[in-house]
Amino acid sequence: MTKEAILGAIRRGLKRGPLPADQRAMLEGRLASHPRHLIPARSRLPRPDQVALFIANVEKEFGTVERVPDLDAIPAALADYLAAQNLPTGFAMAPHPELLGIPWSSRPLLQPAARRAEASDQVSLQHGFAGIAETGSLMLPSAPERPTTLNLLADTAVVVLRASRIHGAYEEAWDRLRAEHRDQRTGGAMPRNIMFVTGPSRSADIEQTLELGAHGPRRLHILLVDDDPAALPPGEAEAPPPAAVPGGPAVPGD
Amino acid sequence: MHITSPAFKENAARALADPGLQKALGTAKGAFLQRRAAAVANLPEFERLRDIGRDIKNHTLANLDFYLEAFEAKVVAAGGKVHWCSTADDARAKVLEICRAAGARTVTKGKSMISEELGINQHLEAHGIRPVETDLGEYILQLRNEPPSHIIAPAFHLNREDWEADFRRMHTDLPADRVFAERRDILAEARSRLRERFLAADVGITGANFLIAETGSSVIVTNEGNGDLTQTLPRVHIALASIEKLVPTLEDATSLLRLLARSATGQDFSVYTTFSTGTRRPGDLDGPEEYHVVLVDNGRSNMIGTDFQDMLRCIRCAACMNHCPVYGAVGGHAYGWVYPGPMGSVLTPSLVGVEKTANLPNASTFCGRCESVCPVKIPLPKLMRHWREREFERHLTPTVARAGLGTWAFLARRPGLYRMATRLAVGALGLLGRGKGSFRSLPLAGSWTRGRDLPVPEPGGTFMARYARTQRGRR
Repeated sequence: MTKEAILGAIRRGLKRGPLPADQRAMLEGRLASHPRHLIPARSRLPRPDQVALFIANVEKEFGTVERVPDLDAIPAALADYLAAQNLPTGFAMAPHPELLGIPWSSRPLLQPAARRAEASDQVSLQHGFAGIAETGSLMLPSAPERPTTLNLLADTAVVVLRASRIHGAYEEAWDRLRAEHRDQRTGGAMPRNIMFVTGPSRSADIEQTLELGAHGPRRLHILLVDDDPAALPPGEAEAPPPAAVPGGPAVPGD
Repeated sequence: MHITSPAFKENAARALADPGLQKALGTAKGAFLQRRAAAVANLPEFERLRDIGRDIKNHTLANLDFYLEAFEAKVVAAGGKVHWCSTADDARAKVLEICRAAGARTVTKGKSMISEELGINQHLEAHGIRPVETDLGEYILQLRNEPPSHIIAPAFHLNREDWEADFRRMHTDLPADRVFAERRDILAEARSRLRERFLAADVGITGANFLIAETGSSVIVTNEGNGDLTQTLPRVHIALASIEKLVPTLEDATSLLRLLARSATGQDFSVYTTFSTGTRRPGDLDGPEEYHVVLVDNGRSNMIGTDFQDMLRCIRCAACMNHCPVYGAVGGHAYGWVYPGPMGSVLTPSLVGVEKTANLPNASTFCGRCESVCPVKIPLPKLMRHWREREFERHLTPTVARAGLGTWAFLARRPGLYRMATRLAVGALGLLGRGKGSFRSLPLAGSWTRGRDLPVPEPGGTFMARYARTQRGRR
């Protein structure tokens, strides 16, 4: 009843009844085609510059980035990072095939635990679905292999992201999601949750002065896997591309 | 929420005489403005995006009935529920019902202005359920039992000393002599205190910056991560949202998100921008098992088709209040209800009636800065003027002002008489003020000159007289 009352009041205000079929069809068409609006030019760049813009924007927002040649280089890079930050070697890790396939035994001190995050975790390792250069944001859709708590609970959040998955603008990342992800329940593209993360947690509630380390991670570190020869910085682009497709074939449906 | 808008003048006088508030307003002054200006300067397309933002919202409002039903269908498909609530009472009752059904004792909350509007906390408390605000600013206001004074920076009116004093007063289990050397120490104490609450909560309540018809998603935007912990950890997630939060597609939301953070805090994007769509999927290791959207009208549908429909475009960025000289002088509490500043001066009369709020649209110099920064181009001064007209029509204007306006209108309709009257006034004032630059006070206009000086008219008569002379000179 309430629903009808609200819809009725809206229609009275608009001075019309329910929309006629042809107009409904037009609006349904707009929903289905989800037209893009103006996309800022700032991210329309050659691939190496697009990746450089992503990194610059992450750093502007107080995140850190380390480029590694392939997934096999992750254990060493992570171990060195944790040691440098004086952090423990145990961490909660997204149970994603790409992360599970990393040769963790190359650094036996590291203790990955493939699971969701718990409040006691100091370090988490998440799998990045995409990066958005425009603002230096990570796109992290939820999935059994990418639990949301890994984005939130640990003091230090580390994310593995392949350079080939860095897009210029949000619209490109939406289209990648629509192309690659089919939700089992709805048949649509949206999983239960998508977080766009731009730097570590912060608050400006005390005297409008920015302080890092509110409720989410105090540190955000991105391990950027250079799997895209076209995206390497000039000078390195001519070097032989890292082992074919790093980490094996792309995971279907990601 | 209790409304003190009828006492705006007294509230404002008290605010101007409050040294703590004036210190806080002084500290904050310019911070948001400079950051916004820098963010806008870094995005050459910003002005065009404002037009796009306006058009997206107008399109949605013109078809709101369609998009609301489309949204509901998608929420249901994703395993969630939509609860349609006409009034604040309906919404409070629905939230309580969901919390009770969940057996909730503790409820965590993300920052939500609609929750303030509805008085959700008071209602839950009255029924034995403990609401815990988790946004840092909202958290201290809950400790102080105060409403927010700003829509994105709720503790805008507080100084660092207030934070320290309140934390010492309320967190009595911690050593009384602990040192808050940095703001960060205050933040760390709140973080550890709230961690326990996040983990213990049975229900999490958030607001929504946008609802998306294409996908049935609710979107929240935060910097702290508290909203995400609120909607991820408890078994039940309630998203409270008013009907005008709707946008059609992800692309529409994206365009508005490009405007929102830049207009609000001057960030390119907030730290956490999160799209929630339904309940935990099979195999998911976390996320809520129930997802409820409490969809609130509470007066919005009555604004559609009126002069005030444009106000429903508002995305709650707070740029208008950040740029308002009146807000900057008196802060948010003086406005007397949930929404302060220019957007509040338009919205509050629409939602609670102009009878109690006639002062608010008058609390403006009509300088126009609010409209010039509004990301969806709401003509705020024009809408405030509409309220002033309504106020006059309903005889809410004070007698003296009414008599003055009546006299002015009588003269304005008679140009010959008007020119004669102004000629006399200019001549008299010129004589009276000879040798002075301005009048500090004037007979019969004491309350006007108490707050401002009136410049002495320059020699040469009225504008019309001078204009006539220059025209003659040209010929």
